[in-house]
Amino acid sequence: MGLRGAVHSLTRPTGKARLSGPTPVDQNGLAIAPADAAGHDHLWWLDRMVRSDQQLVERMALIFHDWFATLGPKVANQRLMLDQSNLFRGNCFGSFLTLFTRVTVNPAMLITLDGQKNRRGRPNENYAREMMELFSLGARRGYTEGDVRQMARALTGWTNRYSDQLGVYDFHFEPKLHDFGRKVVFGKAGKWGWRDAPRLCVQNPKHPSFFVKKLWSYFVSRPPKKATRQRLERIYRKSGWKIRPVVEAILLSPEFYEDDPMVKPPAVYLASMLRARRRGIDTTAWVRLCERAGQRLFNPPDVAGWDDSHWLDTARMQARWEMTNAVIRPAVAALARPYPPTETTGVAVEKAIASWNNPDLEQGELDEMADFAERTAALANQPGEYSNFRRLRQAGLQQLVGVSSGMVMM
Amino acid sequence: MSGPFRKACGCGEFTRSQMLHAAAAEAGKGLPQIESGMPEPAGTGLTRRSLLLRGAGLALAVYGTKLALPALDQGIAAAPAPDRVLVSVFLDGGLDVMSLLAPTGDPRYRKLRPNLALKASETLPFSEDQRLRWHPAAANLAQLHREGKVTVFPAMGYSGPDQSHFTSRHFYEIGEVKVGAGTGWLGRYLDVTGTPDNPMQGLSLEKALSPTLATATNPVAALSSVGGYELSSPAGEPVKAELFNSFERMGALPAASAGLRQLRDATTQTAQLRRELPALETTGDGGYPGSPMAARLRLLTEYLDLGLPIRVASLTGSGGYDTHAGQAPTLKGNIQSTSDAIFAFQRDLERRGIADRVLIHVWSEFGRRPAENGSAGTDHGAAGIGLVIGSRASGKMAGEFPGLDRLDRLGNLRHTSDFRGLYCGLLEQWFDQDPEPIVPGASAFKRPQVVW
Repeated sequence: MGLRGAVHSLTRPTGKARLSGPTPVDQNGLAIAPADAAGHDHLWWLDRMVRSDQQLVERMALIFHDWFATLGPKVANQRLMLDQSNLFRGNCFGSFLTLFTRVTVNPAMLITLDGQKNRRGRPNENYAREMMELFSLGARRGYTEGDVRQMARALTGWTNRYSDQLGVYDFHFEPKLHDFGRKVVFGKAGKWGWRDAPRLCVQNPKHPSFFVKKLWSYFVSRPPKKATRQRLERIYRKSGWKIRPVVEAILLSPEFYEDDPMVKPPAVYLASMLRARRRGIDTTAWVRLCERAGQRLFNPPDVAGWDDSHWLDTARMQARWEMTNAVIRPAVAALARPYPPTETTGVAVEKAIASWNNPDLEQGELDEMADFAERTAALANQPGEYSNFRRLRQAGLQQLVGVSSGMVMM
Repeated sequence: MSGPFRKACGCGEFTRSQMLHAAAAEAGKGLPQIESGMPEPAGTGLTRRSLLLRGAGLALAVYGTKLALPALDQGIAAAPAPDRVLVSVFLDGGLDVMSLLAPTGDPRYRKLRPNLALKASETLPFSEDQRLRWHPAAANLAQLHREGKVTVFPAMGYSGPDQSHFTSRHFYEIGEVKVGAGTGWLGRYLDVTGTPDNPMQGLSLEKALSPTLATATNPVAALSSVGGYELSSPAGEPVKAELFNSFERMGALPAASAGLRQLRDATTQTAQLRRELPALETTGDGGYPGSPMAARLRLLTEYLDLGLPIRVASLTGSGGYDTHAGQAPTLKGNIQSTSDAIFAFQRDLERRGIADRVLIHVWSEFGRRPAENGSAGTDHGAAGIGLVIGSRASGKMAGEFPGLDRLDRLGNLRHTSDFRGLYCGLLEQWFDQDPEPIVPGASAFKRPQVVW
């Protein structure tokens, strides 16, 4: 298939994603209710990350959830959050302008940044500011305070209805609420409206570099060299702000393969563990564990998204340990009793690594695991030993592999 | 840095007694009674404070050091309890200073705030400026102010105000109007005056390190867990002990990249913390309201009372203050909660007789636009709030309320005091510290009278 073919198989999926494997349930075996039950929205996405045959689509959806961070608790409507995440799936390889435009009037985003309260004569600047600062240009790059205010006027007119039964519904553009006057944004005058707002941002000369650097940062730990960045900016501009060509160029660049490994975000870490062990979603425990590890999906810390440089501290590492423990628990319980009495150290380590679908471990980690296997074997030879140490040794080894670089890093 | 410290960073030959020598010498207490070369007897060097540290059930996330936890434990034990503590309280999102101290006596107030203006009759008097009145939910702050324990900065800011949450907050955190510094202003204070083995000197009372406390050389800490720290084991003893030994040794493996370094360090610290468990036992509400902020301040009081060597602490106030829509009810609840927590903290300190040692600094990244928006809320503005609270606070307003008749060209409140001037004042008057190496361009800023 070659590298290019491999990349294209990820970036050019056809048709709907196929989900294979057991459907998601809670610990009582009941189907999850993503739009209604607290936390089940998180499980729903985790399940897609585990079972979808379009893996990069799920990764891109997570990237854009982080990019256009929308706050679940403020939206207070899981259906709207799920819809937004499907918006990311459906538009993750097409035109960034299309995606940006849809996000601008997406109900969950309208609620998060008060867009549905922004009306003629009574502007609310919340979205206008963040669409430039966080979504398209970067802080203090290519816009002024005046632009924020003019942009807020351009975005006026979106509203929704509310009923006790339905909650918020019927998000729509209401001409009466729109300011049809002339606005000057980035020095360009016109009777700008909500369709113009994202276009003006994307056409701002500061946008391509922001886009390229931000997208790159999700895949490669070090920022792109100037020449690389400029090449990607050219690809982006020439394509008419398409996302796919830039993603493909990143995935085909030597840096993607040669640069330092990155710490997987907690949800990605958990999904990769469940995939490796072919385990579906079968407990709601993942919601709290992901939260403790620092990433509750649909609830980023703020509108700037998650901080990808600080996934590990002692509280979060503790949560990853517990995740690993919970992931291996059924397999550990199912280890044969009595356990094969002849399993050697080397076989034990190999088997533990195979239980995680053979990730690449550092030599030092392999050595330590072999040492652990030897030490526990020595314990079993002491008087008063319990008979089944090999079984417990295997459980311990699987735990260690789960918190090793092979699983934590990508 | 002395020999033993360099050694500590480089290899594993370092012993506890060496550390104790070095740490005690650093702390200016003279050498303890351990002869060099003596094996370390059980319990040696475990001063009262180090036992109490364990008794406090503290699980810390330690930042900015390569020293192992036993060494830090010794460092904490050897450091004296500071007689001056600063607590930084951040109100996240941009507090509307015109609601906390409503300018009901300003003729333009009602015009700018047709829906949000507070009525004078529902507010509480503010003795230092007849135009301003306390929000009714801030009754406890008003009470402390009447007692002369609140220094109010009614229009805190800086020239060229930035209205991005993240940028303006960054300026306040680093103590400079520039983007990209890697250390916080209080972190730099700790780099200048702190020690390399006492992470508690800068304590974030939250899970993440506050950027205000970020240091370049000395360690600081965040509370990672209160009430014990455990890891489940898939195997019972004696395999369990070996499992955690191996986990800890994986943390000591080399790391060829920054990402892997993070994993190794987190592994080491997690494995080490597991050995330091128990929880601080408190009973009753201690006079504190039932909010997370109040719970954190209560813990801080306990720690200070135990004599733990905390010099600066930080936490976030109750709720969010980015009130673009439906401001009045949200803000009321959040002001109430923050004000009540601070009040309970101050009273607790007074009861314990340690109120003279503690000063609170309350700040927010900016104030909000004087003219309300169309969503019964307010957009980002410029000048905002500054409060210094404590028994030693000067209680004298610093800078004046600029009035609503001459707003800046963007319609925002002008600042009448600069946050860097306040920082210089705190460093000089509270910490007896020359601000020059900590706040760039310190000499240019006017110092308010912050403490008496």
